[in-house]
Amino acid sequence: MTVSLLASVGRGTRRLTRAKSQSRFLARRLLFYVVAAWAALTLNFLIPRAMPGSEVQDIMSKFPNLQPSAYKALEAMLGVGHAGSIWHQYGTYLVDVFHFNFGTDVMEYPAKVSTLLAESIPWTLILVGTATVIAFVIGTSLGIMAGWNPGGWFDRFLPGLMFFQAIPYFFLALILIYLFGIEIPLFPQSQGYAEGLVPGWNLSFIGSAVYHSLLPAFTIVLTSMAGWLLQMRNVMITTAGEDYVLAAQAKGLSRQRVILTYAARNAILPQLQGFGLALGFVVSGAIVMEIVFSYPGVGLLLFNAVTSHDFPLMQAVFLLITFAVLLANLIVDLVIVVVDPRAQAQERA
Amino acid sequence: MAVTVPVTAQTAVARTGRHPPSPWGRLPLKAKVGAVLLGIFVMAAIVGPYLAPYNPSYQSPSVSLSMHAPDGAHWLGTTQSGQDVFSQLFTGIRLTLELAVVVGVVAGVLSVLVGISAAFLGGAWDESLSLVSNVFLVVPQLPLLIVLLGYLPQKGQAATILVLSALSWPWGARLIRAQTLAVRGRDFVAAARESGQSTLRIIAFEIVPNEVGLIAANFVNTVLYAIGASVALAFLGLADLSSWSLGTMLYWAESQQALQLGAWWWFLPPGLAVALIGVSLVLLNSGIDELGNPRLRNAVDTKRFVGRKVRLTDPTPVLLQGLNGRQGAEA
Repeated sequence: MTVSLLASVGRGTRRLTRAKSQSRFLARRLLFYVVAAWAALTLNFLIPRAMPGSEVQDIMSKFPNLQPSAYKALEAMLGVGHAGSIWHQYGTYLVDVFHFNFGTDVMEYPAKVSTLLAESIPWTLILVGTATVIAFVIGTSLGIMAGWNPGGWFDRFLPGLMFFQAIPYFFLALILIYLFGIEIPLFPQSQGYAEGLVPGWNLSFIGSAVYHSLLPAFTIVLTSMAGWLLQMRNVMITTAGEDYVLAAQAKGLSRQRVILTYAARNAILPQLQGFGLALGFVVSGAIVMEIVFSYPGVGLLLFNAVTSHDFPLMQAVFLLITFAVLLANLIVDLVIVVVDPRAQAQERA
Repeated sequence: MAVTVPVTAQTAVARTGRHPPSPWGRLPLKAKVGAVLLGIFVMAAIVGPYLAPYNPSYQSPSVSLSMHAPDGAHWLGTTQSGQDVFSQLFTGIRLTLELAVVVGVVAGVLSVLVGISAAFLGGAWDESLSLVSNVFLVVPQLPLLIVLLGYLPQKGQAATILVLSALSWPWGARLIRAQTLAVRGRDFVAAARESGQSTLRIIAFEIVPNEVGLIAANFVNTVLYAIGASVALAFLGLADLSSWSLGTMLYWAESQQALQLGAWWWFLPPGLAVALIGVSLVLLNSGIDELGNPRLRNAVDTKRFVGRKVRLTDPTPVLLQGLNGRQGAEA
């Protein structure tokens, strides 16, 4: 009785310290993301001020018959005049960002930048999000199989996979458009939905949107899957050689149980930790992919902003993408804390 | 016992019959293929511009030479304005590789400097340098590159090199910091310190030589990244569009409707060149990886040993054969 009581007390304190170290780990990570977000905000503030040229000058040069006196008026209209000390500007900038006030768009004046963002976010979120999860699941599953049986039939495809890993996203997109959009016109070449349709929650629009997203999604899956697969395979090979896997086999556990709950369960941890960092690459690839397909998402918005020198929009899209990636990293950290008790002990940063 | 001896003797004879393997001979096949492939492209970059039969920018006034499919005079056909694709390709490989190598060197030096200083200075220096690297790692690169280049009025080769180098050192710095911390605790470093060598001398003669493999792998990775990023940026039009690189070739092919017009000879060569250079670098790197981690080494070697399928989890094959031989001798 006393012994079991003592044991339960011991277990209780252990659980308590575990919760404590978990929260300490999470607090450290949270602090890191706050610092990273602040760095991105500040960078975004400094870049336009450090670079020559301004959007007002841009408009002035586009319309040569504007009087020089129009300069101040344009600045005031677009809310871009850098008035006051740099610290004052910085303060106003931070307040604006926290109120999602990114100013007025230059090219589609007088549309608000935040409205343009809100229109393009769902496209990217649904397409890139779904495609990334599919690629991660397929790549990891195939990696488990390839890693459990190295030298098997699967390894014959390895050179091909490396090719997909090395090929630029947009070039694969170009080839897919050429093959399945032009030579064999199975899929639409570009845009997010058929011309003439009005976006809304009706069947013909959703059907058209899904149809238009197939080729872009396939591009993301094909290129990002190879990376997950190769990493999982390599970690899996190492894990399969561990003593505890051998012990599980010796106990006579079923093959499936040994592979999934002994080897793969441990091999997947580096994969999860890599997920956060790889996300930056996936987002970058998705941006270029959207541009190639003229897909109406955030990436295309960024590209249009750059080509038309629409600086307020460009800054807002950059902040949006960065914050989304930081948030995704934070979520991955939360998952890691749940699945990997060692994560609290070691600093992952 | 008697049976095991011939086995070892046989292997000994086989060993002595050959010369000890040269460094090249010890490389995995992957690394060899990668090195040869990369060598071809490096050669193309060096002699390419002299091999180019035409001026890559020369626009042929003849209408029949617009969008001409490959033939004897134009090995890779012509563009819409009658430019020779083959000449563009061989001029472009040089510019793209040149940029990537410069970025690789600059970023490599930066990672070594930051990584080693973080590990040696320790304390607040280490904390802040690591923090900066980690922030750079977590911020998505391409949007930042696009924004930086978007603000620059002149988007030439130098601007791309500057921006790419500034953004690609953190990963290497992180790896080198970790490795330095590990190497620093070894006995030979303590011995060097005891013998009164200065910290700089220890870094230059004890630490860095032990990190050559890591620095090389990091260089290869950075070059790979720089090729991908610079080609993507040029494809988006964020480069000097009057110069010929693999990226600007793709930019012009896409913007002048090469796909819609079915001119595969226009957009395939530059893209395939980028992909093949990438493959050669990936092969080289994973080959180097296998050299360091024997478990990843081509599993075909271990799969069949004396006609018996062997798993990685099985006991070492040599031991197994010795046991079999002894059993045979006793029987």
